[in-house]
Amino acid sequence: MRKTYLEHTKEIIMNMGPQHPSTHGVLRIKLWLDGETVVKSEPMIGYLHRGIEKLAEYRTYTQFMPITDRLDYVAAASNNLAWVQAVEKLMEIEVPRRADFIRVIITELMRIANHLVWLGTQANDIGAVTVLLYCFREREEILDIFEMFCGARLTLNAFRIGGLAHDIPVGFKEKVKNFIERFPKYIDDYERLLSENRIWLKRTKNVGIINAEEAINLGLSGPSLRASGVKWDIRKSNPYAVYDELEFDIPTGEVGDVYDRYKVRIEEMRQSIRIIKQALEQMPNGEIRAKVPRIIKPPPGEIYHSIEAPKGELGFYIVSDGSTMPYRVKIRAPSFVNLQALSKMIEGHLVADIVAIIGSIDIVLGEIDR
Amino acid sequence: MNIFVDYILIPIIKILFIITFVFVAVLILIWLERRFQGFIQSRLGPNRVGPQGILQSIADALKLLTKEDVVPHQVDKFIFNLSPIIVFVTALVVFAFIPFGTDLTLFGKKISLYLADLNVGLLFIIGFNSIGVFGIILGGWAAKSKYPLLGSLRSASQMISYEVALIMSLVSVLFFTRSLSLVEIVKAQQEMKVWFAFIQPVALFIFFVAGVAESNRLPFDLPEAESELVGGFHTEYSGMKFAFYFVAEFAHILFFSALVTILFFGGWLRPFPNVSWLSFLDYIPPVFWFLGKLAFFVFLFMWMRATWPRYRYDQLEMISWKWLIPLALANIFITGFIVILVK
Repeated sequence: MRKTYLEHTKEIIMNMGPQHPSTHGVLRIKLWLDGETVVKSEPMIGYLHRGIEKLAEYRTYTQFMPITDRLDYVAAASNNLAWVQAVEKLMEIEVPRRADFIRVIITELMRIANHLVWLGTQANDIGAVTVLLYCFREREEILDIFEMFCGARLTLNAFRIGGLAHDIPVGFKEKVKNFIERFPKYIDDYERLLSENRIWLKRTKNVGIINAEEAINLGLSGPSLRASGVKWDIRKSNPYAVYDELEFDIPTGEVGDVYDRYKVRIEEMRQSIRIIKQALEQMPNGEIRAKVPRIIKPPPGEIYHSIEAPKGELGFYIVSDGSTMPYRVKIRAPSFVNLQALSKMIEGHLVADIVAIIGSIDIVLGEIDR
Repeated sequence: MNIFVDYILIPIIKILFIITFVFVAVLILIWLERRFQGFIQSRLGPNRVGPQGILQSIADALKLLTKEDVVPHQVDKFIFNLSPIIVFVTALVVFAFIPFGTDLTLFGKKISLYLADLNVGLLFIIGFNSIGVFGIILGGWAAKSKYPLLGSLRSASQMISYEVALIMSLVSVLFFTRSLSLVEIVKAQQEMKVWFAFIQPVALFIFFVAGVAESNRLPFDLPEAESELVGGFHTEYSGMKFAFYFVAEFAHILFFSALVTILFFGGWLRPFPNVSWLSFLDYIPPVFWFLGKLAFFVFLFMWMRATWPRYRYDQLEMISWKWLIPLALANIFITGFIVILVK
């Protein structure tokens, strides 16, 4: 009797998303479930496609800048940096040192803000609601700093090709200093709530493991790769801006599970603080903008430039035909590539683990669908 | 005339009083939880409707009452409508057996502060509580939707495993009371001059953990885990039917807090009933002691929710079967042994 019953059991196909509280946007995952165990899964994307790469072909190089804000909207300044540096590389513009230092400060603050959003949502997915609010409280201060710097809080449009739009305002340095002095204490607070928490450890340790080899083969980058033990960070391996003059460590994990990814990001926030502190001290006076022609017209050619965005390697591949508008722009979005690992990570895990794993690879759909 | 007053008028007034008490308490609890969570999370919480936002729950209740009653077309209508009622009624009925305090004398009449004192009261309460689970299972099942189905399956297994631990933890208390009546249980603590919490700390721990699991609260709120299963078993419910589930959840919190108070913390007795120099505390009416202790445990429920992450489904089962139940069994054995020795 039991045998015939078992023969009739079958997997159910369940759609997680596009409307789901923990898929971080409009990601849809098609799940083949055996009870609560995931047999197979398939991320489906495209619900937020806005044709950004195509839009670039009908915008001048400057006009495309605000659109890059809409890629990874949690870390807008990093997108801006990748774009302006790619164009500068194509036009061979030397950016003044002061501008580079300010860029580093802004993007590192952006990294902290991004990791705060990540930490909050990850904790919320696992059920610890309070951490979310704490993280957003601190992120608010960073957004205030951004508002002081450029007037915008979320979509910054922070930099310009050749440097910055304007110098940092009066009191900016003090405000940043004040924040980074207090911030390590806040990180300790989050860690006190989570790092030693038995439930948190049970939910994150040995969940969604991906080893170094698989991670490299799947093209992972950023904290998700470093959690697997690969010490690879573009800021170190291929320094841009002034990162080669600044001292910082690259935190790595060992196992490559959700907990390691959590630990790596927490540690990265501390390292960002270190970077900002040094950048504030070493920042020279001087020009903030190189001499750039009024109409930006790069010579024909192509260029690939990538930076270490909070989520991983963010690269812009630009083909120029010598006109004011790029011929083709291809964006290598870290979330898009990192999402590939999802199916592998969640296979054989329970439904509850899926949300923990999605959270741990830190995706933003604006960047995946573009 | 006397029969009319004793057997009809007073019980009806009591019933009305208990129902109002539960409703008002639940409304206050909802407000308190949101407000308190806001306090923990360094935000404000509801503070617009009425002073300090205390009328927020009433506004919410009115909104839910006037909402359209959406019944998705694929559902099994009868069971879909029945299950919120099961959950709601069972959550309410159990309060009939909760003694709120010692007897009162009003207009020359002795009035007991409970509706019924059954000699199998505890068994009855636990039984009714188990029936409430059917409302959750059937509700998720009848919705014919996948997320509620997963939620109701989770709750089925969760309830079964935690109910075992819950009842086993009670057995060791019953060694001392030798009665299943809740009034007798409190009186036993009065006679022994000590709260059972001090002689049965293990049972208290198991009971509280299982109680949190039974009322579907964090860290055991898997059946409705909103970040995994959207709304769990009540995903397809809206309007007043959803409100029934919601009120029932808070009534469960209230009920389990009341039960912990009665079983382990001396119900309406003042703290340390054996210390005579604390007798000035007797001037505070017993009802207030009861409600105060109740409020403390409700507060614990909320505190846990604001602080902890959620367990995973298999880990939850593991805690119950691998830790709580063996622990409860060992506790029964040891307690029984000691009781026999003392005798």
